[in-house]
Amino acid sequence: MTVEQPAVAALEVSKHFGATTALSNVTLRIAPGETHALVGRNGAGKSTLVSLLTGLHRPDGGEIRFAGAAAPPVADRAAWRQRVACVFQRSTIIPSLTVAENLFLNRQTDRGPIRWRALRARANDLLGEYAVDVDPGALAGDLDVEQRQLVEIARALSQGARFIILDEPTARLDATGIDRLFERLRNLSASGVTMLFISHHLQEVYRVCDTVTVLRDARWVLTESVADVGHDALVAAMTGEAVGLTTVAPRPPVAETADTALRLTGLALDGAYEPLDLTVRAGEIVGVTGSGSSGKVSLAETVGGLRKATAGTITVGATTVRPGSVPAALAAGIGLVPQDRHREGLISLLSVGENATLPIADRLGPAGAIVPSRRRAVAEGFIQRYDIRTEGPEAPVGSLSGGNAQKVVLARALSTDPRLLVLINPTAGVDVRSKESLLGAVRTAADAGTGVLMVSDELDDLRHCDRVLVMFHGRVTAELQAGWSDTDVVAAVEGVSE
Amino acid sequence: MTTTAPAPVAGRRRTVPRLARMRDLTLVPAIIVLLIVGALIDPVFLSRNNLVNVLQQQTELSLLVLAETLILIGGRFDLSLESTVGLAPALGVVLVIPAASNGIGTEWSSALAVPIILLVGLLVGALNGLLILRFGLSAFIVTLGMLITLRGLQIGITGGQSLFELPPSVTYLGNATWLGLPLSIWLCAGLFAAGIAALGWFRHGRAVYAIGGNVDAARAAGIRSDRVMWIVFIVGGLLAALAGLLMTGRLGSVAAAQGDGMIFKVFAAAVIGGVSMDGGKGTLFGALCGVLVLGLIDNILTLAGVSAEWIQAVYGLIILVALILARVTTGKAQDS
Repeated sequence: MTVEQPAVAALEVSKHFGATTALSNVTLRIAPGETHALVGRNGAGKSTLVSLLTGLHRPDGGEIRFAGAAAPPVADRAAWRQRVACVFQRSTIIPSLTVAENLFLNRQTDRGPIRWRALRARANDLLGEYAVDVDPGALAGDLDVEQRQLVEIARALSQGARFIILDEPTARLDATGIDRLFERLRNLSASGVTMLFISHHLQEVYRVCDTVTVLRDARWVLTESVADVGHDALVAAMTGEAVGLTTVAPRPPVAETADTALRLTGLALDGAYEPLDLTVRAGEIVGVTGSGSSGKVSLAETVGGLRKATAGTITVGATTVRPGSVPAALAAGIGLVPQDRHREGLISLLSVGENATLPIADRLGPAGAIVPSRRRAVAEGFIQRYDIRTEGPEAPVGSLSGGNAQKVVLARALSTDPRLLVLINPTAGVDVRSKESLLGAVRTAADAGTGVLMVSDELDDLRHCDRVLVMFHGRVTAELQAGWSDTDVVAAVEGVSE
Repeated sequence: MTTTAPAPVAGRRRTVPRLARMRDLTLVPAIIVLLIVGALIDPVFLSRNNLVNVLQQQTELSLLVLAETLILIGGRFDLSLESTVGLAPALGVVLVIPAASNGIGTEWSSALAVPIILLVGLLVGALNGLLILRFGLSAFIVTLGMLITLRGLQIGITGGQSLFELPPSVTYLGNATWLGLPLSIWLCAGLFAAGIAALGWFRHGRAVYAIGGNVDAARAAGIRSDRVMWIVFIVGGLLAALAGLLMTGRLGSVAAAQGDGMIFKVFAAAVIGGVSMDGGKGTLFGALCGVLVLGLIDNILTLAGVSAEWIQAVYGLIILVALILARVTTGKAQDS
């Protein structure tokens, strides 16, 4: 049956960690030069399969083969690095070292002292080869996210591997960065590099991949040519049930007479965005999108109190909010879901219950004391209402999957019954199912009269909005009413409309 | 989708003098200012004898700073170095001197004294490394425990007595003069040169930076991070024992409190010299400048006639101010 040996094959592999089965009889064949997508919800076994394919773990059953030959022993790291390279979701760049040294880490020289000039020249050649416009002498910590990722990809390929695994490469990029990355991936693919692409975003799978494999609950579900499998079929394979995510029930228009939830007057932040006026009515969902440099995240962070505006005022209901103060924003009735849930959103060692009730701790007992039973009851309510999959309110938040952790952040933002909810990329790095319940919770809040300001790159998020503002270089350049098409948004984001 | 054609390689920014390298030199003006201040306070300050004295007095501290800097760059730290300074020479000496001179009666050949001293340092470093890396214990509590245990061992073994009758091999390194300069200065200069070369131009030295910068990334690049750090802890212990040997030779005795309280100066010198407490950042040259700054301040305070009761408070205060200045000039928080 094999005309050509697959570049990489995992044959009937299984892996157990203690009592849990992480992977069960999964077979994956990737043809040379193919771009293969691996999708599945959190916990479906994607990361385990990657750890087997990169030789970090040995399969309990089955085997890994590269171009028909058996995989090297797990201990032989050098041999693995020649066969497979992986760009991990978490950055493996060392910020305090130069780009050149990062590229050739632990192989700066074969023997004897390091010749720095020669090393920089080698780095320069390597970066040139992959058209990465970065100074090899710069500190890696000074690069932006996109440049760092390109450096990681160049490093992965420079080790001789022709098979590269990209673990959610777009999670840290904005829309234009993603386009540039995909352009590169297509070029690499054309030059014969085999890729395994892991993503939560099905659009990306359709844009760059040839074949898609779906895992669910540690098992293989389907492998199909991307052209032959529809969006809904893919989602159904991932979730095990038929759901139509692309169709969003239309929201009834918000009455003109509804109260104003948020009014921004001449709000500006030097270096981020120029003075803008905006009104969000109670019960209205307003989306804001744009490229990474558009100032959209800074705008949301200003409203949420994380940044101090250089001019203008923020008014919630009838009160003007003191700028640059999160407590003031909270008191005025603004709930914020920040951009980076790990850094700004959650305290990973504290329990789910404690995280979710942080801003309302003063309501859980008399005189600043927290009554544990009351907190438990409130937290259990949240867990139920927002469909948070956890062992219970006492489980540390660090043990939750990305989607469920994000639900805790959202629960916390809504715990104060805010008049205005500010969301920044609420569904980044979240699986399809959680995405749905997150957006559902946002809609429920809006239906109950909360104004929502949602900053997002995701078209799926923006579909829920009553109107979408597009920002470009610090200015609102377009306002799209519900019923826009994807191309309208993309064109406006890229600054090519009109 | 036509956002980038293959990027313009020609337009790449050219290499400019590295910021990191400039930061190394930030203490040089401070050293010059201190030299001028010293000369104004007392003409004796600039005399050759005084400057050689300053250098020699800092040799022991500088070896500890060398050790601590290596460990800090690797993202760990070691508080127990100052106790090794006392215990290693004490143990080496009591095993060879007669019981009448406070020995413990073994009276081994005095040729063994120096090897024992170094071996003690090596073992302490190895034990620290074992507990921290292998058993995953917190470096803070392990080395704090070690600091107290080692000091206690020294007091227990010597009965709290100072040891005066030392074999000549033990006093040689701290006492001898080569080519008009104390041997200890040559030794430190040599070790710092070797350390700077190893950290700057050799793979294993760069591996320490990589481990301190991002240990997962270092592992992903094939660096055996635990083995490298274990070696660094062992080298640290060895250097601390050597510092103890130099101090013993310079003072001609092993006091029960030898090395006591040095660890604050060690950290202060390293941090003033630009070494990050978070790992991955800093250079040995910077740390050496930090040592010189502390040595000069110490000397100037003595020459200025600050009374003995107050010198410690003034010295500590100046170090704190220096840390604040270092924070302001580098513009970044030293520790989160």
